[in-house]
Amino acid sequence: MLYNDPHPLEVKIVTKRFGLPNSASLDTYLATDGFKAFFKAMEMTPEQIIEEVKLSALRGRGGAGFPAGLKWSFVPRNSPLPKYVIINADESEPGTCKDRLLMENDPHQLLEGILIAGRAIGAHKGYIYIRGEYRYLIEAMDRAISEAYARGYLGKNIQDTGFDFDIYTHSGAGAYECGEETALLDSIEGKRGIPRMKPPFPAVVGAWQAPTLINNVETLSAVPAIIRDGAAAFAALGPPKNGGTRMICLSGHINKPGVYELPVGFNLLRMIYEVGGGMRNGKKLKAVVPGGSSCPLLKAEECDIPMDFDTLAKVKSMLGSGGTVVLDEDTCMVRFALRIMKFYAHESCGWCIPCREGTTWLKKMLQRFHDGGGQKSDIPLIGELSKNMLGRTFCALGDAAAMPTISIVEKFPEDFEAHLNGRPCPYAHAAEPVFA
Amino acid sequence: MTFSPELEARFAKMLESYPPGRTRSAVVPMLLYAQDEVGHISHELIEEVARRCKVTPLQVDEVVGYYSMLHKKPQGKVHVQVCTNISCLIDGGEELFQHASKTLGIGNKETTPDGQFSLEEVECIGACSWAPAIQMNYDFHHHVTPEKLDKLIDELRRKQ
Repeated sequence: MLYNDPHPLEVKIVTKRFGLPNSASLDTYLATDGFKAFFKAMEMTPEQIIEEVKLSALRGRGGAGFPAGLKWSFVPRNSPLPKYVIINADESEPGTCKDRLLMENDPHQLLEGILIAGRAIGAHKGYIYIRGEYRYLIEAMDRAISEAYARGYLGKNIQDTGFDFDIYTHSGAGAYECGEETALLDSIEGKRGIPRMKPPFPAVVGAWQAPTLINNVETLSAVPAIIRDGAAAFAALGPPKNGGTRMICLSGHINKPGVYELPVGFNLLRMIYEVGGGMRNGKKLKAVVPGGSSCPLLKAEECDIPMDFDTLAKVKSMLGSGGTVVLDEDTCMVRFALRIMKFYAHESCGWCIPCREGTTWLKKMLQRFHDGGGQKSDIPLIGELSKNMLGRTFCALGDAAAMPTISIVEKFPEDFEAHLNGRPCPYAHAAEPVFA
Repeated sequence: MTFSPELEARFAKMLESYPPGRTRSAVVPMLLYAQDEVGHISHELIEEVARRCKVTPLQVDEVVGYYSMLHKKPQGKVHVQVCTNISCLIDGGEELFQHASKTLGIGNKETTPDGQFSLEEVECIGACSWAPAIQMNYDFHHHVTPEKLDKLIDELRRKQ
């Protein structure tokens, strides 16, 4: 079982069973409040469940931070079509490694969250879309699903409540784009993962043309605690409109990288210096990727802030998916920007020209720049080309490539200047070409 | 084409899991699981998956190029995937990839002449807090140093 030593500052809501013996088993789950929320939800009307989730201020943990209860309320109640719950377990945002732990350590919590969501929107089938690389987690979820069927927690007339629900796993096969919810829908229909035009939103026309609720693993894993202990308790953990906790995936140049569950709104510097054990080898903090590679970076002096959706938006970044990457003073920001752009160029599905061409051009420019072939006029040009992708694509992949790049060029011009006039990269890694 | 009884059982279950008439949904997972068993995606396999999912071979073929885990060329028995994305990059992932390339004597997306190993530089595999990380087939290895990588490869070579 993969999890790090807990930190005393953590608030364990979705990770509270991590570390228990056989934490993934149904017996452990039932012995630790498991399925209490499900029975409670069965006594509530769908409207009451949705209202409770709204009051909890739970916001989407996949990255966009959309209020979950509001999303649930968009699914049309009187549609004659079957409705579906799709669980986005395509965790691929660079820096993010949390949904893995939830599925490995507490799969039944996710299943219970799916059942409650199904009850709320009137669905009877759920599909967990798991990235292909996570084969062992597909097996872990399949084991948990079989166990739940065998004990009557899935299938027909669950625990004599009269509620029917089936859950299946579905394997992806390697595509970041499929984490975007409309591309995911095309993928689950057996096609290339190309984003769809919105509207109509998936809540109205989703999987197989039917109304579909798509939520991230961590979002649905939080639902049992909300229903069981009440929305108010969950909401009170974070600042207004930012309920609950986040699983923060700390990585990079710190002493104790790991995944920690912290209240939404926890101070970023305390995350780095207290929870993460501080900077490695006494180095100075240079920058932080707050929530996955698509977020604009923060400079060291911008990091004394609470990590909630609204504060991060105020400082023109994003809370994103909880992938917090900490960079020290020896990090070459040109190399870092290049690696981000190389990723987005690789993952662009090619559907929208600004993204397909923009990411490839920018990758080439940044590569040339890092190799010492950059010109001063390239520095603003990198920013301008990036800005040309913003808002001009079907999905947010083009934005995701542009936003961190713009922030790096604007906040670290000295790193670009240092590469000018054929000078080799001034940082330690520079001797060999970065990417073949 | 027939597959092992376990895989046949999986496919039967898979085809039933989607709404009626939506067997096309099984195309991507079926390709991946079949590839794991037969080694790569041949024209014959594309036609077989098309027949089972009730779509045209072209509808199967067009997804193969999209998903990075699907391969038309045979790979090594052990596919070594080194992540060099941001968290791994700043913790030595790029150097680890170059070391793997040297140790195996092959470049990115190449296979050793004996067919035992293939190498790929991959995008984020979701192991950021335990960087640098690699996958050997589906097995994750975390905090991988060049020495640890050599040991892993040595052990696999001895087993073969």
